[in-house]
Amino acid sequence: MNDSTPQSPRSSGTFRGLARVIPFARSDLARLGVGMGIMIVSSGVALGIPIALEALVDGPLATGDPVQVWWAVALIALLGFVEAALVLLRRVTVLTPGTRIDSRFRNTIYRHLQDLPIAFHDQWQSGQLLSRANSDVSLIRRWMSFGLVMLVGNVLMIVMGIAVLFHWSPLLAGVFLLCSLPMFYFGTRFRSQYSSLSRAAQDQWGDVSTAVEESVHGIRVLRSFGRGADSLTSFAGRTRAGRNLEVNKGNARAGLGFWLVWVPDFALAACLLTGVWLASDGTLTTGQLFAFFATAAVLAGPIESIGFLLGLTLEAQSGVARIFEVLDESNTITNPENPVTATPSGGSLVFDNVHFRHASQSPDDPDLLDGINLDVRPGETMAIVGATGSGKTTLTALPARLYDVTAGRILLDGVDIRSLDLSALRTRIAMAFEDATLFSETVRDNVLLGRDDLRDADPARSDAVLAQALDVAEAGFVYDLPDGVETIIGEQGLSLSGGQRQRLALARAIACAPDVLVLDDPLSALDVETEARVESALRRVLATTTAIVVAHRPSTVTLADRVALLDNGRITAVGTHSELLANSAAYRHLISSLVDDPGHDSTEEPS
Amino acid sequence: MSTVGVTGEDRQDLTALENRAIRRRSLALLRELIAPHRRRLWVTVALVVVSTALQVVGPTLIARGVDTGLPAATNDHDFTPIVLITAGFLVSGFGAAALLALYTRWSIAMSQDVLGELRRRIFAHTQRLSLEFHERYTSGRIIARQTSDIDTLGELLNGGLSNLVSGVLFLVFTAVALVTIDPTSAIPLAFAMIPVAAVTWWFTIASRREFRASRIYSTRLIVQFVETMTGIRAVKSFRRERVNRETYADKVEDYREATRRTIQVYGMYDPALKMIGSLTVAAVLATGAFRVIDGALEVGALLAVVLYTRRFFGPIEGLAMFYNSFQSAGAALEKISGFLEERPTVVEPTDPKPFTATRGELEFRGVSFAYTSDRVVLPEFDLTIRGGETLALVGATGAGKSTIAKLIARFYDPTTGSITVDGRDLRDMSDVDLRSAITLVTQEAYLFSGSVADNIRMGKAGATDDEVERAARAVGAHEFITALPDGYDTDVNKRGNRLSAGQRQLVSFCRAFIADPPVLILDEATASLDIPSERLIQRGLTTLLAGRTAIIIAHRLSTVSIASRVLVMDRGRIVEDGATHDLLKGTGTFATLHRAWRDSLA
Repeated sequence: MNDSTPQSPRSSGTFRGLARVIPFARSDLARLGVGMGIMIVSSGVALGIPIALEALVDGPLATGDPVQVWWAVALIALLGFVEAALVLLRRVTVLTPGTRIDSRFRNTIYRHLQDLPIAFHDQWQSGQLLSRANSDVSLIRRWMSFGLVMLVGNVLMIVMGIAVLFHWSPLLAGVFLLCSLPMFYFGTRFRSQYSSLSRAAQDQWGDVSTAVEESVHGIRVLRSFGRGADSLTSFAGRTRAGRNLEVNKGNARAGLGFWLVWVPDFALAACLLTGVWLASDGTLTTGQLFAFFATAAVLAGPIESIGFLLGLTLEAQSGVARIFEVLDESNTITNPENPVTATPSGGSLVFDNVHFRHASQSPDDPDLLDGINLDVRPGETMAIVGATGSGKTTLTALPARLYDVTAGRILLDGVDIRSLDLSALRTRIAMAFEDATLFSETVRDNVLLGRDDLRDADPARSDAVLAQALDVAEAGFVYDLPDGVETIIGEQGLSLSGGQRQRLALARAIACAPDVLVLDDPLSALDVETEARVESALRRVLATTTAIVVAHRPSTVTLADRVALLDNGRITAVGTHSELLANSAAYRHLISSLVDDPGHDSTEEPS
Repeated sequence: MSTVGVTGEDRQDLTALENRAIRRRSLALLRELIAPHRRRLWVTVALVVVSTALQVVGPTLIARGVDTGLPAATNDHDFTPIVLITAGFLVSGFGAAALLALYTRWSIAMSQDVLGELRRRIFAHTQRLSLEFHERYTSGRIIARQTSDIDTLGELLNGGLSNLVSGVLFLVFTAVALVTIDPTSAIPLAFAMIPVAAVTWWFTIASRREFRASRIYSTRLIVQFVETMTGIRAVKSFRRERVNRETYADKVEDYREATRRTIQVYGMYDPALKMIGSLTVAAVLATGAFRVIDGALEVGALLAVVLYTRRFFGPIEGLAMFYNSFQSAGAALEKISGFLEERPTVVEPTDPKPFTATRGELEFRGVSFAYTSDRVVLPEFDLTIRGGETLALVGATGAGKSTIAKLIARFYDPTTGSITVDGRDLRDMSDVDLRSAITLVTQEAYLFSGSVADNIRMGKAGATDDEVERAARAVGAHEFITALPDGYDTDVNKRGNRLSAGQRQLVSFCRAFIADPPVLILDEATASLDIPSERLIQRGLTTLLAGRTAIIIAHRLSTVSIASRVLVMDRGRIVEDGATHDLLKGTGTFATLHRAWRDSLA
């Protein structure tokens, strides 16, 4: 299974765990309380019906007074009418709060997940997140608006019913109660068994949803290697594990259900025997005996339903626990309490003895970034060159605080980035990633993603920004799309080639007109001609913008004023391309082309 | 407007005719899923029948106890009848409880098997559907089908089914018992069925509408959730959080309103039934009470009749609950059955003859490709790629290179003409044969959760550790893999975030190497590699490509340089075709491109 899902310590009480829902219920708690109150009243009314029956049997039926019979029948009809009206009222009262609590959970989880740092998302499988944000929330809603009210209502009904039984005959009621005691034992046993089962099942379904997601996102790989059948086999294995847990849950419910039906029946049999004996003595009237059994019959339903409701409660409890595992994760990358309001001045970027390591790294491993010192001057373009896995991408993620440094600091215009307002910081720094994620929106919205300020601005201005960004990124192809820049792209829209997506991602970064531009190998999917055109356009932008460019190719390096060589988490050399070529063997190894490599046996003409 | 497959999935305004068609499709699917369990189903039904019968016996025995046992005890001090009746009650109670428990166990196993089969079908169908479909149907929607839709169906099968079976039986038994004891009392009950039918008819229509809306909004929520979490880096760096929060909140609100309506519909239906029930009880009581006064009816019988009438409406409410979850599941099943109704445009032949490609000779005859008639990507062309040849496809982005790659890998079928490998049309090959003949490696190197070795084994199921390592050494991935925390057993975690793009591409090369197909297509498969890795791969490639047909698409002409033949493409047409040497010597597009590329290295 996944070791990335931390198991919470078993919470001590079912209701203590569930109590964490209360803040989400807020004002609705009152309405839920009213709903419960109505439920109690309606249960009382339901219990009133046997009382009226008793009055009928012992009164008018014995005396034979037709008028009295009508009154009794009218009373019973009225009670039934009131009961139904109260049920309607209860449902209407509880309706909105239940769905509102559901909404609050959904919004809170989504927002929290969106705010949690990338490091968190690296650790958690998305299916596990989805199952919490969706299935678990639905469970809580059903429990809040149905399970909780029913459980409390039914328990109260049982308590009141037993009180009424005592009213008819303390002895019979005592017998009934005594015989029902074993239910508590079975209930407790069920609780411990069922809560661990339902937790395991919910985790398993989270895994299944991860498997589904991966099978769709990775469909080209599966298709290309013909691995559909194997992935189906492994998927079937996962669902079978889930099925077995569900079956075990069902068996536990069946076990409890047996006792919940059989024990009251047993108690009732004891009461029948005792009751007839008492009635034969004349200690009990026939009417009382009728009423006793009529009441006991009303109780059978609530008692039987306890099993199902208890199950639902326990499932909701593990749902709450799973949700709070995520909500309890604290966001480590937050706004400072008193952000420094620095006036941007050119955008110098300084890495001052920067260290970075993943929280999950083993203590023996060295830091991924191990004391980076780098000074990018305002307007300067710095290329980062390093072998695969040397930490280049990690380095580029730090200035925008996608990760926070674990030691040292990064200064933007002389101010530690952690003391700047997070949103302001990210406005000043724009990134283009190598794998270009586009959203299911129009080309325009995707490119202007970082320009909130243009949303309500003059359309001519936003058109100009859009056109300029598309121009620099050589993304003119969008004008040929079916709806031009209004074409929906992304997963729900038109699919674009890798090179096309990369150019839009570049345009998106450029459209931000940032102080600092961070480009992670932004041109890898472009053909040579396009790349050359993009580069010459980029040069114009970069002339005034501070930039960090991860480069794999000499062509990209030429964009830069200086180059920093990254080796095993350290900057080992900084200088111009030609300086490094002259002085650093490691650099030559990394950047010099294949054709210049004497060991390379190429089929082409020697140059 | 159509409602076939997933088209019109978001529509709420279906006509009666469309409604019926969708309903039929969903029910057909449900029947099909239940069919293999028919025997188990009947056995469980039998269990419920007996259990329910025993539960119905209960009140009869109590009534008997009072009517027969009590006089005997009072007048004759004879406790035998009441003891016997009590014993009977005990036995029936025990039987009812035991059978009910047994039924619960069996029905849960059965419904889980049904759900499992449905999950399997959706999964398999997802894999079967063409890429063309996946390019327009979001992953979030498929995830919604597999999670929240299945959950909804599960609610019906787990809880609802027992409500249905025991409800119907309770109804029948109670009615029979009622008629047996006192036929007159059944008359008010029969009349009560008229309003019951009326409110049920209303409920059917209203709840279908609301549940359908609820499914649509639920899917939208999931789609946005998945998109946000998948693109979380871009979300953060472009400060999308606020806009996302707002759009998500709007969708949550839509979903909340839809859910509220579904509950409201049931919230009106259920008390309406209760009301009808209570009035019926009163009517039965009235008709019975006067006959008791007249002496035409025993008091015990009246009690039984009243209890039965009340009990009659208990299961009716249970049935209403079942019907409610049935409507809810029906809405989910509509979406699922629509998805399953989608036919792949690239179809595996029904009865393919086994075929093993050996030389890997590819032949395009009269091939053209167009997404729609006005978006022609590749105009008609012929092309032969000899077995063992290494061919480079060169041209600007959008020239149609990747489309050719996708046609060879049969991600798409050509609009006209045919493509054959070693003389066999790709469309006549089984998927297994096709995939072992042809492998496409793309720039997007997706990693699945699991270890690095597991990911390499995607290329060949059950490859040994030795084979995995040999592949990694061959493509130059061994060094970086052994440097990972757990070497080959390192968990790549979600979406391979821990590996750089270049490292992911190396892993995907390992897959190709271990798959060892006669035809290998590399579509920008080296784009993210740094030069040392590419250098390593170049060496590996020469060995990897030896003895097989290879089609290389690369903007970096360094990769192209190992090709013996070059095709230059422009706007879907092949404009140059020749041996690498010859083209380089000339003044054509390739020679120009190559010069530009060499200059870029300076």
